[in-house]
Amino acid sequence: MAAPGVIAPSGLGSLIALLRDEGYRVVGPTVRDGVVVHDDLAGVDDLPVGWQDRQGPGTYRLERRDDEALFATAVGPHGPKRELFPPRQHLWEAVSDGDAVFHVVEPPAPDERIAFLGVRPCELAAIGVQDRVLLDGLAADRVYAAHREQVLLIAAECHQPAGTCFCASMGTGPGVVDNDGSVPVARADLAITELLEGEHRLLLRAGSEEGSRLLDAIDHRAATAEDHAARDASLAAATEQMGRHLDVEDVHDLLMGNLSHPRWDEVASRCLACTNCTMVCPTCFCTNVEDTTDLSGERASRDRRWDSCFTIEFSHAGPTSVRTSTRARYRQWLTHKLATWIDQFDTSGCVGCGRCITWCPVGIDLTEEVAAIRASDGRKSTS
Amino acid sequence: MSRPSLAVWKFASCDGCQLSLLSAEDELLTLAEEVHIAHFLEATREVAPGPYDVSLVEGSITTPADAERIRHVRSISGTLITIGACATAGGIQALRNLADVEAYASLVYGHPEYISTLAESTSIAQHVPVDFELRGCPVEVPQLLEVVSALLAGRKPVTPPHAVCLECKLRGAVCVMVANGTPCLGPITQAGCGARCPAFNRGCYGCFGPMETPNTASLSDHLHDELGICDDDLARLLRTFNADAPEFRAEARRRESIAAARGEDAT
Ligand code: SF4
Ligand code: SF4
Ligand code: SF4
Repeated sequence: MAAPGVIAPSGLGSLIALLRDEGYRVVGPTVRDGVVVHDDLAGVDDLPVGWQDRQGPGTYRLERRDDEALFATAVGPHGPKRELFPPRQHLWEAVSDGDAVFHVVEPPAPDERIAFLGVRPCELAAIGVQDRVLLDGLAADRVYAAHREQVLLIAAECHQPAGTCFCASMGTGPGVVDNDGSVPVARADLAITELLEGEHRLLLRAGSEEGSRLLDAIDHRAATAEDHAARDASLAAATEQMGRHLDVEDVHDLLMGNLSHPRWDEVASRCLACTNCTMVCPTCFCTNVEDTTDLSGERASRDRRWDSCFTIEFSHAGPTSVRTSTRARYRQWLTHKLATWIDQFDTSGCVGCGRCITWCPVGIDLTEEVAAIRASDGRKSTS
Repeated sequence: MSRPSLAVWKFASCDGCQLSLLSAEDELLTLAEEVHIAHFLEATREVAPGPYDVSLVEGSITTPADAERIRHVRSISGTLITIGACATAGGIQALRNLADVEAYASLVYGHPEYISTLAESTSIAQHVPVDFELRGCPVEVPQLLEVVSALLAGRKPVTPPHAVCLECKLRGAVCVMVANGTPCLGPITQAGCGARCPAFNRGCYGCFGPMETPNTASLSDHLHDELGICDDDLARLLRTFNADAPEFRAEARRRESIAAARGEDAT
């Protein structure tokens, strides 16, 4: 494996060019419509150079920094989930040959090679969670597997967490976490640490043979003890700056032991059941399947699209919905994320990215909801 | 099986929803093959006699004559589908429900005595049983074709009643409320348009009416308290194409009474 190396920020341009030459679509953070989204990168200039985000419950604004930092914004509304597990997926169609004989036509397996650049540590954890759910077991998904197989992950560690971040609480960041089995973390092929103190530079560490090959292929100098020390200091400072905190101690039993807590009614009075939290969550994987026919009745299609536990249709079982109240739906969401996910997949469903807090139109904050339940734990008053 | 016959009816409306059917250019010929378009005055003067297997009804009921006519249409129709905000919620003309119609008529017409009109503009379902209501101002062509295709195939149409926000996120649009503080009715409005306005940096205007479980109070409190929209503007925001949809109507009234209470406090 190549030894860690250091490049100037502009050196990232050589890496992007190399990847594109090799046929990769390079996708990473870029500024659009006033926020950092995920989109195609043609060069370093497409990154959010000199931008920083201010995120809070239900609010996101970009601000100029007085330096040229490339990775001073945290996660935006999008993430690799859009490509790995697309919002809409055509599954198959049945086409009549005119004699009432139907032929099933499946779309070709995806064969796009994507290099995700600037993947945040919480995202690696989220991909790890989705891998656990979607690569094997009951919900194994061949579309996800086909996308996932061809992906290259180039991570960027966080030196500037946003106001809604709490990866430190979830053990998923702000630095790339080694996959020691305690949390499922996707392996980064290459990890970037942006160092702003002193000379502006990027520390690159390879995590796979492919990452190693790429590092060898671009101009760099060997990393020194000072570079590694600067990384440690940067990550320690980032941990200090976490915008939010979630006390995960006993959270499974806390939530499952408080299913009748009055806080569920309170949050339901604010919750719009709009589904935004689930749409932006990098681990949410629920979908609905839509069957349609065309006017002539000669073509029937089956398509899958993201769905949410906040819609009525999603919990339709038999003649009716089993979760008609918003109280039941919010409770389902939070208890699944933080408790029953552990029962199902032996990991939390939350990686602490903070997206659901920022992108909730009315700013509902799961860390606050858990804290409120903890503050008046119903198990204590009844025991 | 013979082709089912289709009739299109107009009540108080702008014709936009019927025109959606005509603007489905690529599918129009197929549609004409699959159904017998028996009554569609917007398209042809030629009318085949009823009864009709399927009726698409556009517009709201605003006159005593139309209140009679819709009963007749119902009696000669197999499946009756309303199309658009007028037929489904009274339309923009339901703003009259908040006003004195006689006063309006005397201002607008030289001889108001010739005007025979009802005090309120009401949805078709308030007069006769309706089999399916298609939302939108106007309806979306793909949804209209989907409803007809579903009917022909004897299946449930795919017109999900969840919020516009879900579509907004599916298409990868950036939330205008979170990123710009622009008021948006998306969270309380039914999907169907593909989140067209948010994708062009505008807040949702609520063309498709209330979503399945609209928490209108929470959204309007947020717009008021956090985004600084005043009560009168909130009431106006809720009173456009679906002003008489029960949830929008109730919330607009609530905002007005909050404003009124505040006005009294101030004096
Ligand atoms: S639950 Fe919220 S904070 Fe946790 S991973 Fe999902 S979006 Fe991120
Ligand atoms: S918690 Fe927020 S984002 Fe999630 S459904 Fe409720 S209002 Fe929408
Ligand atoms: S822009 Fe409007 S429709 Fe889109 S997510 Fe935000 S509130 Fe919902």
